[in-house]
Amino acid sequence: MAGNAPVISVRDLVVRFGDATVLDHVSLDVFEGEILGFVGGSGAGKSVLMRAVIGLLPRRQGTIEVFGTDLAGLSDDARRAIEQRWGVLFQQGALFSSLTALQNVQFPMREYLRLSPRLLEEIALAKLEMVGLGAEVRGKFPAELSGGMIKRVALARALALDPDIVFLDEPTSGLDPIGAAEFDQLIRTLQRTLGLSVFMVTHDLDSLHAVCDRIAVLSEGKVIAAGPIETMLASEHLWLKSYFHGNRGRQIPRRAHH
Amino acid sequence: MSAVSLTAAAEGDKVALAATGTWTAARAAELEDIVDTTARRYNAARNVDIDLAKLERLDTFGAWLIERLKRSFVLSGSTARIVGLSEADRALMEELRLVNQTPAQKDAAPNRALGALDTVGRAVAEIGWSLVLIANLLGALTAAALRTIGHPARLRFTSIVHHLERVGWRAVPIILLSTFVIGAILAQQGIFRFRSFGADIYVVDMVSVLVLREVGVLIVCVMVAGRSGSAYTAELGAMKMREEIDALRTMGLDPIEVLVLPRIVALVIAVPLLTFLGSMASLYGAGLVCWLYGGMAPAIFLERLREAIWLPTFEVGMIKAPFMALTIGLVACVEGFEVDGSAASLGLRTTASVVKSIFLVIALDGVFAVFFAGIGM
Repeated sequence: MAGNAPVISVRDLVVRFGDATVLDHVSLDVFEGEILGFVGGSGAGKSVLMRAVIGLLPRRQGTIEVFGTDLAGLSDDARRAIEQRWGVLFQQGALFSSLTALQNVQFPMREYLRLSPRLLEEIALAKLEMVGLGAEVRGKFPAELSGGMIKRVALARALALDPDIVFLDEPTSGLDPIGAAEFDQLIRTLQRTLGLSVFMVTHDLDSLHAVCDRIAVLSEGKVIAAGPIETMLASEHLWLKSYFHGNRGRQIPRRAHH
Repeated sequence: MSAVSLTAAAEGDKVALAATGTWTAARAAELEDIVDTTARRYNAARNVDIDLAKLERLDTFGAWLIERLKRSFVLSGSTARIVGLSEADRALMEELRLVNQTPAQKDAAPNRALGALDTVGRAVAEIGWSLVLIANLLGALTAAALRTIGHPARLRFTSIVHHLERVGWRAVPIILLSTFVIGAILAQQGIFRFRSFGADIYVVDMVSVLVLREVGVLIVCVMVAGRSGSAYTAELGAMKMREEIDALRTMGLDPIEVLVLPRIVALVIAVPLLTFLGSMASLYGAGLVCWLYGGMAPAIFLERLREAIWLPTFEVGMIKAPFMALTIGLVACVEGFEVDGSAASLGLRTTASVVKSIFLVIALDGVFAVFFAGIGM
């Protein structure tokens, strides 16, 4: 499943807020065409790593390479070219509240591509349909959409420019188990059809089992383990044991056997 | 990125199209041209093969354009097939075969004249509705105030003091400064005009009556509406957006009692105090200008002031202040509760809050002018 070349390669990344070191020499690879699940306790710095990679947070030390290019010291144009090749799904969706669902999806295309109005509309509707939304949401504002719909529209917006990498920050949080399972499936399907590499910050054990090719675990500012789910389940590490075999985790392996 | 093309080989009513290059988002505009031209040129063909074997890269944009090309041939009654699809692109083409199947219904063109009438009608209804909402909130506020008078322990004293600090104490410097400047400007203009017919001394009459009765309270209200009314609207609006107001309600607390009452009580206390300070600062500014610019000794200014005004002049301004504070507070809270989910509506409501409260304060001032004239004050 996973190709050879890493699309994201983080080496010795250090991020500090004031005196608090959130990420302490973190190294992590995301390979082409894989879905990487990134887990860790609340407040462990998962979102911080994601925000550092996409350039929303400054780093103190270390290198971040995306598509083999070091992001530090890039010219604005080169950086923008890379930014067009990734899409980000924020935890709350971060849809623009003054734009309709359709306009939200069209927004990146309008900014970066010179498309005819007809093509702009067709492609945006196609993206909405690909994330499982009908034409009835097109004219709705984010305030009129349910939580699950907001996530779907936000995913469609993240996919607007046909990116190579998608960052998902807790995509299934706030969804009911059925909705979450559907969303997992959607991510899997889109990842296959569009050949995406996915970096997914999550807490959802079901997601980890269902769609992730590899899992990386962040604890105390370091990546303490990375590998497929079987490795995680077999690990003797205390934190991993309580995470994957805790009261909530125990249900899943059993279900998987049936 | 290599050049994109769609080469055609026609043979009778049979056309073989072959796509080459990278059919991706970056070339989408170019690709759309190619696809549309091809569709038009060969729309008489009965049998079309679209060969994708030579494609280097395909993304959603390219795939949709190929699907659109195919659909346009099918629409004109020919059989179109996509051939030479690579394994990797098959899923994508399949996905796009399913989308945009329901034709988008075009909205009927709006009628301009009706549109204008519609806008006017809505605006009028909006004004009426906002008056209803203000009356509604005034009623709810009165009920809440009566309840807390019955149970003084329920009055949120800490909250009132907190808001009093924000809208009263912290507003003092800017209010003093702006009213001081206004008083000085009025006096300077008065001296400049009155001097030409030797009536310098009456500048004191003009400035003192104007400041104490009208300008002092109006300037303070405009400042307070812009400074505190807008803040009230934005706070309540953001709380409404984040469901904090619903949370209060589910805990059995009345948002009017918890949020609105302390804010408006603070305004009603603060605005008269600010009006007093503002009027004094205006008179001070006027006196200073009379002295330095008009050459009128302070003793003469004070002497003339004593003759020009009597207690009711001062009272008129002070009586108006709490009513205007109530108006500003009510408008600000009504607009805050009217915010819905979007950031744009928060901005819109905050603007509306300031504009409406300033307008209503001026309108109220007019009503008071008639009233005071009626009772001879």
